[in-house]
Amino acid sequence: MENLPANSKENLSTANAQIEIADEVALVRISGDWLVSSKRPDFGAIIGEFPAKTREIKFDCSSLAKFDSSLICFLLKIYDFSIEKKTPLNLASLPESAVSLLNLATAVNLKTNESRNYRNKNIFHEVGTHTISSLQKVKEQLAFLGEFTIAFFNIFRLRSKFMASDLMKAIQRSGPNALLIVSLISFLVGLILAFVGAIQLSKFGSTIYIADLVGLAMVREMGAIMVAIVMAGRTGAAFAAELGSMKVNEEISAYRTFGISPMEFLVLPRMIALVLMFPLLTIFADLMGIIGGFAIAWGMFDINYESYLSHTANFLNLTQCLAGIGKSVVFGVIVAMVGCMKGMTCGDSAEDVGLATTSSVVTSITLIVVADAIFAVLFNIFGI
Amino acid sequence: MSSQKITVENLSIGYEDYAVMNNLNFEVENGEIFVVMGASGCGKSTLLRTMIGLQDALSGSISYGGKNFNNAPEDEKSEMLRYFGVLYQGGALWSAMTLEENIALPLRRFTKLSENDIKELVNLKLALVGLRGFGSFYPSEISGGMRKRAGLARAIALDPKILFFDEPSAGLDPVSSRRLDELILQMRDSTGATVVIVTHELASIFTVADRAIYLDNKTRTQTAIGNPKELLKSGNADVRTFLNRGVDPLSTENKL
Ligand SMILES: Nc1ncnc2c1ncn2[C@@H]1O[C@H](COP(=O)(O)OP(=O)(O)O)[C@@H](O)[C@H]1O
Ligand SMILES: [Mg+2]
Repeated sequence: MENLPANSKENLSTANAQIEIADEVALVRISGDWLVSSKRPDFGAIIGEFPAKTREIKFDCSSLAKFDSSLICFLLKIYDFSIEKKTPLNLASLPESAVSLLNLATAVNLKTNESRNYRNKNIFHEVGTHTISSLQKVKEQLAFLGEFTIAFFNIFRLRSKFMASDLMKAIQRSGPNALLIVSLISFLVGLILAFVGAIQLSKFGSTIYIADLVGLAMVREMGAIMVAIVMAGRTGAAFAAELGSMKVNEEISAYRTFGISPMEFLVLPRMIALVLMFPLLTIFADLMGIIGGFAIAWGMFDINYESYLSHTANFLNLTQCLAGIGKSVVFGVIVAMVGCMKGMTCGDSAEDVGLATTSSVVTSITLIVVADAIFAVLFNIFGI
Repeated sequence: MSSQKITVENLSIGYEDYAVMNNLNFEVENGEIFVVMGASGCGKSTLLRTMIGLQDALSGSISYGGKNFNNAPEDEKSEMLRYFGVLYQGGALWSAMTLEENIALPLRRFTKLSENDIKELVNLKLALVGLRGFGSFYPSEISGGMRKRAGLARAIALDPKILFFDEPSAGLDPVSSRRLDELILQMRDSTGATVVIVTHELASIFTVADRAIYLDNKTRTQTAIGNPKELLKSGNADVRTFLNRGVDPLSTENKL
């Protein structure tokens, strides 16, 4: 071929294929380096060059240098074309190992529609029945914290590589999807607070103070606490169960052997999503609680909308609102951290997944109450 | 990695408080299929997990292509991991992703290929394991045997130089198990990869193994190494018994 460059070394990092037609026989000249990493021609265009009437497809690989899967992809395309057009394919001059890979790829494939309906019920594979001692557990959890810290700081070094789509999915699951249950619970909590308070306040004829009572209780305490408890039972438990069953299925190991950090890939998106959603859900819960309180004030004591609202607005201040929202961020960290940690340090059997899930809910709720007590003391000291 | 020869020297494996196996010494040549065999619970999986860096060795060294692996710094380790393909016992497919996405993830992560090229490679890998057209299925929608094949397709996504299998035929019917063995052989023949297989399935051992190592749970170390057909004739009585389903072919008394 005249148009081969004199210095063919220069041409080595690109893959080339040309088609010559003679006497209804198509000769595919394959040259250069056919590597996945090298530039290669558009397969579709080359296939398009085959004339409608082709008697045979032959290959010339005399100037083919190195090759890998990239070449096999090309050959598979041509193979498909030859099957479709019923054109014989002459593989004679292809490298032996390429032919053997092609044969492997074109050997009997299972039928696609065969087992669409077949579902394996065994999601969790019983890997072992070992109880991990509590000391080992602590060690594992410390290791989790260490690895998480590294992954977390990688965000700021812009080295973290989770996918935006995973983050969006986690946000969807821990924000909007939780809205209904959070609304219902906080509305009812507001209602209960108002009802209990109203009975006492009505003795003094000062039922309008229901507004102050409900507003303060929701904004400072109940909003953040109720969101945290609902989310611990709902999303934290789901994280633990999910990550735990991934551990059982060796999916986590599979990430590790590919050199992909499961912390960055699985834990960070969930963590970020939950910590972002907690304050928003809390603001929402505060609002729903106040509406719940108003329902009682209006329904039982004929307090109108304007006076209830203005009373609430006059009584609450920004510090109180921020105190509640600030707490909710901490609660978010607790729920996400505990859920993910219990999942990632889960044992190797399906039973362990159940234990991890239960333990995640119990531990989160305990830590939330403890944290709230600490906040109460701190707020008192600083006079908030 | 220039060569994919594996060298294991004076290796002890186990968990914090106890050693499962001591004093392991063996080499696996380029392109060899090497089987790790032994009774259940003797530490085969532990050895495999240690060899791929999922757990630390208690002592000793593991080298790939002459480069130490187990004591190497993290970044060198993860560089070496790129040349490994691992097939876990249950396939360990990422259950939240389709088969296509499972295979594409490492390609997206470690190559700069266009989406179109990735798609073609994914289809090729699926075709190689006989699962062409299953790309849009979720792992929960296919059978156990198919999951293993899909796991193999993912393991070969980055054209690995060393393939590790944990109990590839466990839980498979004899026909699927045989097909998987053949797939392993063909995969080795066409790619020249070195293959390490953990199994106690005799049929598989005799079909695929170039050489095998026997881990003995009484002495807690290796007691034989060599071609399984030759081990059956000579070697250690325990190994002969293991390879002949509990009956020593050279002994007159039946000690099942
Ligand atoms: N996570 C673990 N912690 C402590 N001991 C373990 C753990 N996993 C396995 N073992 C013990 O190590 C030994 C070897 O297990 P394993 O490597 O799974 O055996 P095999 O794969 O040969 O059946 C067994 O005695 C088992 O009890
Ligand atoms: Mg095992």
